[in-house]
Amino acid sequence: MESTSSRATATQREQWMVEGQVFRIYELFGSIPRNAQTQLLELQRDNHIEYLTKGLRQLGPSFTVLDANRPWLCYWILHSIALLGDALDDELEDNVIDFLGCCQDVNGGYGGGPGQNRFAYKLKVIFSGQFYLILATLTQTFLQMPHLATTYAAINSLITLGGDRSLSSINRHNLHTFLLRMKDRNGGFRMHDAGEMDVRACYTAISVASVLNILDYELVKDVGNYILSCQTYEGGIAGEPGSEAHGGYTFCGLATMILIGEVGRLDLHRLVNWVVFRQGVECGLQGRTNKLVDACYSFWQGAVFALLQRVHEINDDKKNHTTSNLFEGEAIKEDSSHLVEYHEIGFNFLEGCAMEEPLFHSMALQQYILLCSQLQEGGFRDKPGKQRDYYHTCYALSGLSVAQYSSSKDFDSPPLHSALFGPYSNLVEPIHPIFNVVLDRYQEAHEFFSGLPH
Amino acid sequence: MDSDEEEQRIPLSQRPEWSDVIPVQQDDGPNPVVPIAYKEDFRETMDYFRAVYISDERSPRSLRLTAEAIHFNPGNYTVWHFRRLILEALNCSLHDELDYIERFAKSNSKNYQIWHHRRWVAEKLGTDAATKELEFTKKILSIDAKHYHAWSHRQWVLQALGGWEGELDYCQQLLEDDIFNNSAWNQRHFVITRSPFLGGLEAMREFEVSYTIKAIRANPENESPWRYLRGLYQHDTEALISSLQIPSLCVEVLSAKNNFIFALSLILDLLCHGFNPSEEMKNAVQVLKNSDSQPSDLSLADTICGILESVDPMRKNYWAWRKQRLAAQGT
Repeated sequence: MESTSSRATATQREQWMVEGQVFRIYELFGSIPRNAQTQLLELQRDNHIEYLTKGLRQLGPSFTVLDANRPWLCYWILHSIALLGDALDDELEDNVIDFLGCCQDVNGGYGGGPGQNRFAYKLKVIFSGQFYLILATLTQTFLQMPHLATTYAAINSLITLGGDRSLSSINRHNLHTFLLRMKDRNGGFRMHDAGEMDVRACYTAISVASVLNILDYELVKDVGNYILSCQTYEGGIAGEPGSEAHGGYTFCGLATMILIGEVGRLDLHRLVNWVVFRQGVECGLQGRTNKLVDACYSFWQGAVFALLQRVHEINDDKKNHTTSNLFEGEAIKEDSSHLVEYHEIGFNFLEGCAMEEPLFHSMALQQYILLCSQLQEGGFRDKPGKQRDYYHTCYALSGLSVAQYSSSKDFDSPPLHSALFGPYSNLVEPIHPIFNVVLDRYQEAHEFFSGLPH
Repeated sequence: MDSDEEEQRIPLSQRPEWSDVIPVQQDDGPNPVVPIAYKEDFRETMDYFRAVYISDERSPRSLRLTAEAIHFNPGNYTVWHFRRLILEALNCSLHDELDYIERFAKSNSKNYQIWHHRRWVAEKLGTDAATKELEFTKKILSIDAKHYHAWSHRQWVLQALGGWEGELDYCQQLLEDDIFNNSAWNQRHFVITRSPFLGGLEAMREFEVSYTIKAIRANPENESPWRYLRGLYQHDTEALISSLQIPSLCVEVLSAKNNFIFALSLILDLLCHGFNPSEEMKNAVQVLKNSDSQPSDLSLADTICGILESVDPMRKNYWAWRKQRLAAQGT
């Protein structure tokens, strides 16, 4: 039966427009001489690093809307620089450590900007028997409330910098207290005091706790139940129970379930079936069914593939998922009295290998990142027609790393030439797909925090 | 704050009602990184905000100040948090607050804080706010029919405050506007499974299957209804493989020899759950085969994987993996 409506819907119109722009780029690429092609295929390292470093040193007034997200800006920039195999000079590194130290709340966690503790006196008048008494109470205020997302960004920034000074600047004990305070009775986490609760909050909390070796049963309790309730009929994971399956939340949900040892409780086959269809003719990845491609999903969705490749439970056969497997994760809970080595999960994860080849089209994704997202003058964008920004630069590069290493069984041997789109000099650093920090920095942090008490 | 007021903005230092307050500057440290070149009006606003935040002054002027700060940076969750503390302390009209948020949301809707704030206000107002909240989200969705926060908020409203009666009709309307709107399909699933006015998924299934099949027939390339259809049987694979309509639909789509990837994928799914294909279905699949490429004694599932590897090259590795797993599953 033919479509009864000849008018294209909003979804179709927008999709065709983007397809048009993307195909024009690919066709143009195909038609230009060889040497011009080589230029376009190259990762513009120098220009990216210049764009990134400039941002670290100074940002214009338009960034006022990110004034409560400055640790994010640090992370997006530092992680991108690290992926490009570059490093900051010592002075700039020290400045970052000091700045993030200013964002650290004395009671644990990091806020969106410097929040020096300020003391103030509050006066109260009370009547006591015959006399009026004036009481002065000392109050302490931290000017930017600690927030799970900015905490995640700050911790990942410090891990990316590496080194004793950076890693020891983190007050782990108080951070653990902060995380516990954010934990809700239903198992999920709130982003800040009385803040919103969603799968993102779960990921940022658990990720940070895991890498800092402060993850314990108190934090893990019931998180799995919450995330499970967010897996939708489509197979992907939503931000809250009932919402639409979404790439960002799917990454957060899957990564968290792995870190708490409950990944087998998810319907992994339906999850895979959802995520593989997020790659369309544009070659890049979309965040939701029937929505537009966006370079940032190169990481959010791309890393979902990287995670699934190492999850052996994906090879388990589940004809009827509903009842029999709901209790797989219970094993962890029963063992809670014997300390589960949560800290080791992230580390041991890298050794897993459930499948040789990735389930997505790695070359196509790299093609989208380099030809449609990369700007020759430095930086990456969502899609043609959009402006570059640090967020997209970070996640496009992270996605590029995931794609380049997607056929590598382990990270000890570098990828083959055939795994890369463009020249071999395009190779970026490998990442740990659960935490999204450059692998050798993760390993340094893992060693550093392993020895420390909980 | 609208643009007229913006142009006429009087610096706080010149406003008599603020003369008793000493502004508190931000201490970025000696060598800050990612420093933002704040404009003077923003810097001043935040200096005064810091002052009242430290002294915990929960007054009307503080409330107005939070609005000014939010205007410059709607992402400052600390300002929003303080605003809530003031609203509580002053026992302000929360209906007025909803109006404030609505004016603000028109130009700033893609922001977690505003939606969290809205939810907080609505929760305090209780069931009385249900209608207003549904209207508000409807307005946002009329501008962006897939707005993630708006949908989440709408779902929260339905569950916490009620208003389910018109929701299935609303989904229907949105799907008439755009049958590809996956958010509307997701909402439909939400309604049929959770609405206290409908009978639950099993009771609704027959109607929903017919509705979905119609949508698929109109646009077989549309992924949303295919996922929705499969979702109707998420917890009942017995019913799935006993359905007569679904295999019939799949054969119909295959026979058109166009946009049949989802149909093949669904048949594969059915086979993996023990479905017994008819001769008609086997033939419809065979027709799509590239006759030279595969031996004819393969199972139907194997054949389907082979076809998909060829007609859906983006997912070549996935279909190869599925084929590989067929042996393990005994399909």
